[in-house]
Amino acid sequence: MNVTGKDHAQLAGAFNKDTQRVNWHDETLWWIRAKRDKAVHGLPEWEALRETASKIKHNVLANLDTYLQQFEVNAMGNGVTVHWAADAAEHNRIVHQLLTKKRITRMVKSKSMLTEECGLNEYLAEHGIEVIDSDLGERIVQLAKEPPSHIVLPCIHKKKEEIGDLFHEHLGTPAGNADPQFLTNTARHHLREVFLTRKAALTGVNFAVAETGEIVVCTNEGNADMGAHLADIHIASMGIEKLIPQRKHLGVFLRILTRSATGQPITTYSSHFKSPQPGKEMHIILVDNGRSTQLGREEFRNSLKCIRCGACMNTCPVYRRSGGHSYHNAIAGPIGSILAPNLNMERYADLPFASTLCGSCSNVCPVKIDIHDQLYKWRQVLVKAGYTPKTKTAAMKIMSTTLASPTAYRLAGKAGRMVIKYAPFAVNNALNPWYKQRDMPEAPKQSFREWYNDNRKKKN
Amino acid sequence: MSSRDQILSRVKANKPPQVKLPDVAVFEQGEDGAAEKFTEILNAIGGGVYYVDDYQELLSILRDNYPDHGRIYSPIPDVKALTDCVAIEGSSGHQFADVEWAVIKGHFGVAENGAIWITGDLMEYRSLPFICQRLAIIIKQNDILPTMHDAYRRIGDSTYSYGAFIAGPSKTADIEQSLVLGAHGPKGMAVFIMKDDSVYS
Ligand code: SF4
Repeated sequence: MNVTGKDHAQLAGAFNKDTQRVNWHDETLWWIRAKRDKAVHGLPEWEALRETASKIKHNVLANLDTYLQQFEVNAMGNGVTVHWAADAAEHNRIVHQLLTKKRITRMVKSKSMLTEECGLNEYLAEHGIEVIDSDLGERIVQLAKEPPSHIVLPCIHKKKEEIGDLFHEHLGTPAGNADPQFLTNTARHHLREVFLTRKAALTGVNFAVAETGEIVVCTNEGNADMGAHLADIHIASMGIEKLIPQRKHLGVFLRILTRSATGQPITTYSSHFKSPQPGKEMHIILVDNGRSTQLGREEFRNSLKCIRCGACMNTCPVYRRSGGHSYHNAIAGPIGSILAPNLNMERYADLPFASTLCGSCSNVCPVKIDIHDQLYKWRQVLVKAGYTPKTKTAAMKIMSTTLASPTAYRLAGKAGRMVIKYAPFAVNNALNPWYKQRDMPEAPKQSFREWYNDNRKKKN
Repeated sequence: MSSRDQILSRVKANKPPQVKLPDVAVFEQGEDGAAEKFTEILNAIGGGVYYVDDYQELLSILRDNYPDHGRIYSPIPDVKALTDCVAIEGSSGHQFADVEWAVIKGHFGVAENGAIWITGDLMEYRSLPFICQRLAIIIKQNDILPTMHDAYRRIGDSTYSYGAFIAGPSKTADIEQSLVLGAHGPKGMAVFIMKDDSVYS
């Protein structure tokens, strides 16, 4: 993914050159975060649902081998072929073989972050197979030859005028037309033609039920269904952590997924694929690609509970102002920064440092992953292993000792407030990696701790 | 060792200690009807709701509210009989691309999100509710449940080869977060609630 070899700070620096765009990006994502809040506040049982979802996922991790085997037996009983892929390369080979066997050279695909992780499109292109992404946002970034910048909103970084230009170039729309309704309608016609002519469709998987062997795919556009129902062969790729024990648990996950993602009560389509249509084939590929390793990392295994709602990105002050591409990984934002170093510590050493550790991500996460704690823990692991981003090493080393010791933290806080107040130039300079494009906040006169102690004294 | 065995043995070696599954039945709210909430939510997500006495009334609503209603297709024999809907040849599911209205039955609606549960046997072809230009779904008045927990309780261990919750028309907001109805699937959705259960079957 990281074709440029640049780290998060450098890539964010490039994104930050256009202040207006950064502000727009920031505000758009915050608006989605606000919609999430509204949807969530409408459910008095929200916290209980999060807790329940987190516990169910915990149970899944504790029984993953059993659930995987149960799922396999049930899916096979439903007439589905089940494949196992240890890594990305094996996954891509399996897809390629399935297509070659049927002499298929063109495939339609719906949203699947796993295939982004595996680099499937590039692999298939090298083998002469054309893949068209059918989610509108993914189609747009595909035309722009870019990766998605967000797991739920793939082209959130693109202005409608840029999309109008892409459509003009590739789909023949009139130059200068950037009307979302018109552009969407153009894509509708273009992609309907694709759906009606492709004999193979690949979809992602949101949930797989061990008890029944069925998989559930959630979309608003209906593209997963259009592809899968019209094709002769439906391939579904899923990470092994997507399992849930029983069908009734879907009630919990379908209630929290879209409310967290976009503030909708549910996606337009929540499709349960159990058996293939008569005369057609259905294949499920179970992919490990580092997940079983992450399962063994006690401090980071909770990241496998992720249901890919994107809420942690929408709320993250760093993501909102640095853009998804600055994470140079298929999955951006706070959760991507925990998942990526598991795959390659050296390449992704910068990502756990791309955070203010404000904890907003952990607060919104519907499955209660301790995201900011894990980011902090990764920093320690990476520093110990000798992989730290160059610009941040010195400052962050001080920071990790400071954060690890309450006394040093208090003293540093006091000193920090003094510095910001009396010598802001000392903080707002190019050597401070956190100052780049950020105005340091005005220092509160008292820290919370000082305020609390004062008030307690006053009260007593 | 095969990849399967390799993955399973690594998972087994690395998995955390046992945790019990939590109870999800506590979230069920019972079988109370929640028609008002259902209508409110469905309207908010771009769907229309109509109460009707019979199929005749349903069809006249389609014709009155959507004047150029075009071709109607339905797997329901009673609706077929009332329309000039010609039998559609072919068995691949592609043939419905120019159907203006597909009329199908649903099992029940869910008040909290406006979704309707439909299984493959009610669709004739799985592609029908997706490829049509507009979708009409019929449910019975008493078949509206409060939450998704109640929905899965109703579904229980019933068997289906394919099933979907459908909540409103197909939509996207991928271009600068502007909501557009009719991404790939239906541009509109109408739900017809049958006042009299006996007409339904
Ligand atoms: S980590 Fe939590 S908030 Fe972030 S995408 Fe995953 S489930 Fe959503």
